Amino acid sequence: MIRRRNLLAVSAGILAAPAILRAQSVQKLTFYYPIAVGGPLQAVIDGYCKAFQQETGIAVEAVYAGAYGETLIKAMTAIRAGAGPQFAVLLAAEMHSLQDQDILVSLDEIGLDADARKWLDGFYPAFMANSHADGRTWSVPFQRSTAIFYYNKSAFAEAGLDPEAFPTTWAGLAEAAVKLTKRDASGRVTRWGIKLAGDLGNAQWTFGALANQAGQRLMNEAGSEVYFNQPKTIEAMSFWRGLALEHHATPDGVSNWPQLSPDFLEGNAAIIQHTTGNLTNVRDKAQFPFGVAGLAGKTSPRTVVGGGNLYFFKNASPAERQASLRFARWVSEPERAADWSMRTGYIATSPAAYDTQTMKAFIERVPTANVARTFLPVATGELSVHENQRVYKALTDNIQACLNGSKTAAQAMADAQGEADRILKPYRRV
Amino acid sequence: MRRETIHAWLLLLPALVLLVAFTHWPAVATLIDSLYATPRGGRAAPFVGIGNYTDLLDDPVFWQALRNNAWYALATIPVSIVLALLMALAVNQALPGRAMLRMAYFLPTMLPMIAVANIWLFFYTPDYGLFDRILAWFGGGRHNWLGDPATALPSMIAVAVWKETGFFMIFYLAALQTMPSDLREAAALEGSSRWNYFRRVILPLLMPTTLFVLVNAVINAFRVIDHVVVMTHGGPDNATTLLLYYVYEAGFRFWDTATAATATVVLLGIMALTAAFQFGVLGRRIHYR
Repeated sequence: MIRRRNLLAVSAGILAAPAILRAQSVQKLTFYYPIAVGGPLQAVIDGYCKAFQQETGIAVEAVYAGAYGETLIKAMTAIRAGAGPQFAVLLAAEMHSLQDQDILVSLDEIGLDADARKWLDGFYPAFMANSHADGRTWSVPFQRSTAIFYYNKSAFAEAGLDPEAFPTTWAGLAEAAVKLTKRDASGRVTRWGIKLAGDLGNAQWTFGALANQAGQRLMNEAGSEVYFNQPKTIEAMSFWRGLALEHHATPDGVSNWPQLSPDFLEGNAAIIQHTTGNLTNVRDKAQFPFGVAGLAGKTSPRTVVGGGNLYFFKNASPAERQASLRFARWVSEPERAADWSMRTGYIATSPAAYDTQTMKAFIERVPTANVARTFLPVATGELSVHENQRVYKALTDNIQACLNGSKTAAQAMADAQGEADRILKPYRRV
Repeated sequence: MRRETIHAWLLLLPALVLLVAFTHWPAVATLIDSLYATPRGGRAAPFVGIGNYTDLLDDPVFWQALRNNAWYALATIPVSIVLALLMALAVNQALPGRAMLRMAYFLPTMLPMIAVANIWLFFYTPDYGLFDRILAWFGGGRHNWLGDPATALPSMIAVAVWKETGFFMIFYLAALQTMPSDLREAAALEGSSRWNYFRRVILPLLMPTTLFVLVNAVINAFRVIDHVVVMTHGGPDNATTLLLYYVYEAGFRFWDTATAATATVVLLGIMALTAAFQFGVLGRRIHYR
């Protein structure tokens, strides 16, 4: 009898061993990521995962989940169903609304030693602008960008403009855009001076840059208030509308983000406002000499940051959280951040990445890759509030109404403010 | 209970389980959810009664979605049915290359809506898209088809008609093929004109098919929104927001499950009313052979 019981105990121990092992070390992680720009990024990500596995023994399954919007939806749905990823790349600006859903775990809770804190301090401050709330850190930068201008140098030369001196003020930009707009004998436009994206999901980003150019932030740090009806915000909206209404240098109505790159590459638009993440794509496909310039401002250049951060989810076990954090640190090491930047056009997330030899050599070869980084000091954080998507829609609907001419800039911004105030009311702690 | 009754229920059971699990229970659950507020961060949702409904009625975007959907249905349903009938009549005759023509008509139906939307996205591209290029030959200017609120919804309607017509044509064609040829001969003997034959013989005999097609067309007008997601996201300024897209946005973009459930109940109500009308009123007037 005794022997049999011993046998039972031993075999139970053996059977339970994998479970005990699993609790201590993680063998497999899943993360979701979006692709928002052209190029074979899937292979790059898979390559990182494989390298990480060889180094640490932890298999990371990277699930491509569509654009930013779809990735958010899929991650959220999966987490609600109890089978979500342990971490994901999502829009940096979604921090407040992800907190509304109560699915995030902060880095502080996962556990940060002195070494890890130093790592966090190594990122560009502009890229951490959308990461802090309630005195804690909720995400780390991964694929980050700013809005920049791509411009067609041949068109500049043709219009009698200096291709090496891009305008830095609104007045200069409008003047250049007018000159760049080309019409055929019948008055039909064959090339637009400038195009900005006004479709849902992108209008607020375009507009965040414009508002910053006028000297206005669109929200407070707590994400509970917006400043849409401020005079400077209205001024920014008027400038955008004026490019079509007064200057006739951009098409009337709404231009869509996915159409901007083809328009530029087809020669249909001489200047587009787009993300740095598109640089590699444009470099590969442009049939003409093109330039990259920081966005102009009312008086001097100003821009907005964008792109995706790594978020960590509550549903992961403590060991999985640790392993996820390890991956985040691994993938943001200077050499790897530099590699990611070179392959995509995203801005490397830390100054240290720009000190690596490979990056220095690359910038020497491709000077355009260095332009966006120099505008980080004049970049503002992206519009990020509670109920983010809802506020985006309120703002976008009114931007579109203004661009279509059914509302004045002042009216559109007043309506957007009213709608946003209604949405954000529950989040105001008096 | 009688033995046969038990047998009958047992035979019905598999279908019943599937229907209850995937159709009836979700509908009832939606109705229940529409009476509660959206749960936030693990807290249970409070009961709000008809509060969600009054909120919905206060939302101008909801009314616009309803209006848009009404126009969308009023345009896509008759246009696609009439076109389908004409196409079926055309390819029912002996023509050279008839098989090719039938296939060409049916092709849009075989493509997934996502693919269709992307193709049409190119057609509608301002300045150098297909339509603007064709119009340019005739001296036409630039059209921002999807970016202008005046043309955005009609553009979406055109896509839906293009996609659906071939599908309905197949049903009409099948019905025409089964029509006995002695009817035509009898009509010819009577000296009836072709139009008269069409109006008095073919059309009445096609009515069961028409009802079936109509039911499908109505359902599609409220059910298919893939092209909205791909092409416009409901914009500009909600000009192309259809009811189901409104539901999708509330549910999966805003995570406002209460509003989504409430709008879904409204959608279900509309569908139930139209179905009752179609089968109750129209169905009774139709001659089945």
